[in-house]
Amino acid sequence: MNAIATPTSGPAKLARVTAITSGKGGVGKTLVAANLAAALTRLGERVLVLDADLGLANLDVVLNLSSKCTLHDVFTGKVNLLDAVLPAPGGFSVVLAGSGMLEYSRMTPEVRDKLLDAVQQLRPRFDHILLDTGAGISDVVLYTVSLADEVLIVATPEPTSLADAYATVKVLATTQPARRMRLLVNQVQRASEGRAVRTQLQQVVDRFVNPGLPQPVQLELVGEVPLDPSVREAVQKRQLLLESLPGSEAAKSLALAAGRLIAET
Amino acid sequence: MNSSRQPVPHTAPQGLQLESALALLRQAGQGEPDAPTGSPAWLQAVIDRLVDLSSRDPLTGLSNRRFFELSLAREVDRVARSGESALVLMVDIDHFKRVNDSFGHAAGDLVIQAVGQALADTVRPMDLVARIGGEEFAVMMPNCPAAFGPQVADRVRHRVARSPVTLQDGRQISVTVSVGGAFAPQWVRSTPSLWMQRADLQLYRAKNSGRDRVCLEPSFMPQVSAEEKGLLFSSSTWQDLE
Repeated sequence: MNAIATPTSGPAKLARVTAITSGKGGVGKTLVAANLAAALTRLGERVLVLDADLGLANLDVVLNLSSKCTLHDVFTGKVNLLDAVLPAPGGFSVVLAGSGMLEYSRMTPEVRDKLLDAVQQLRPRFDHILLDTGAGISDVVLYTVSLADEVLIVATPEPTSLADAYATVKVLATTQPARRMRLLVNQVQRASEGRAVRTQLQQVVDRFVNPGLPQPVQLELVGEVPLDPSVREAVQKRQLLLESLPGSEAAKSLALAAGRLIAET
Repeated sequence: MNSSRQPVPHTAPQGLQLESALALLRQAGQGEPDAPTGSPAWLQAVIDRLVDLSSRDPLTGLSNRRFFELSLAREVDRVARSGESALVLMVDIDHFKRVNDSFGHAAGDLVIQAVGQALADTVRPMDLVARIGGEEFAVMMPNCPAAFGPQVADRVRHRVARSPVTLQDGRQISVTVSVGGAFAPQWVRSTPSLWMQRADLQLYRAKNSGRDRVCLEPSFMPQVSAEEKGLLFSSSTWQDLE
């Protein structure tokens, strides 16, 4: 099966690139990326997830995939980028980071160019590209985010996650050009907890970040995903939640979030 | 396996040529071990002393580059697992060639020894100071929070600048150092050579921007104040939910 979508004829439409980041690790970033991609695919979008967690990649684990053609092989010149584009279970495409990416745990001019080149090459072939970044706010993460048209921050209601999500918003708002910044709150225990997280973050952003900016940051909530045992079940089976347990609350809310993600462009 | 190979002797190895090894130890000021000559304990002590010798820089008594890189590799592994912050500093004596040219190589050696001593006196016992090249030193500081980096690095620079070196003829000279530093990437597997390269890059920056200064790789840790955190966790919004 050929996983590579062919460019549409006429003037090439470029994919919208969304960086998925979190500040804190372990909030379900990769899981959200994979399931959003599956949900977007069902909405008729041609979607690619690029594992940009160059330090400790694990999209392959979530999707139960392995490949001999990874981003690492592309970077070392062993394979062409398009050969590293693989079909994923949910009908979307992925580029896995691959092992041996430890060399890229810090941003060098070479890695910058290669990553930029990879995204540029992929843009005409898809409608939506999701960049799954690593945890933390390292220079690799910041650079990856800088390649995106918009940012999706994944947070949980945990104080540590909230603090790191805030730090991420602050760094991006003060060091990178203004862009749409959206929020997905994972593992909520009560309805509208996601809305409370957004309000709380926005309140601090309004007070401490926005006053110095030419264009104020408005965080948009694209969804809240409940704390749901089905998530754990799907992860342990190494299956997509949307495929294995589509009726679960978490799966339904992720599908809803995907719809909001592309609703008003 | 080659079956014709000689079995390893259980007792003291006979026929080993240890003369040059022992001469090396004597030259380094270390006598022969106390244990009975040729016994396993004696042989182990000889090996330990040789290992120690091969880890040290003869001029300063500090660790050498080989030992430093070995320690750095262990620290990289530890940081990847623990997420703890660790700093590497590269320290280079400014205009060292001028010291050699004006005062001679013996004076140059004294300066190198004095700078090495000043570095060793400034750091914590858990830190590792090494002489890794002619007039270049490196310091590895485990468990050094990013916020302390600039302060720690500047203390090192300052200490050297404040310690004049007395030459054999009684004259005193002062030198300065340039310092470059980089933190190990936390939670990420990296390599010792990448880490040193990054610190080196900062050392070049320090040299190029006028010497006698510290340049640390910019850290992307955003400053989130206690006030911001306070507002972030204030209970008003959360109470509305109840």
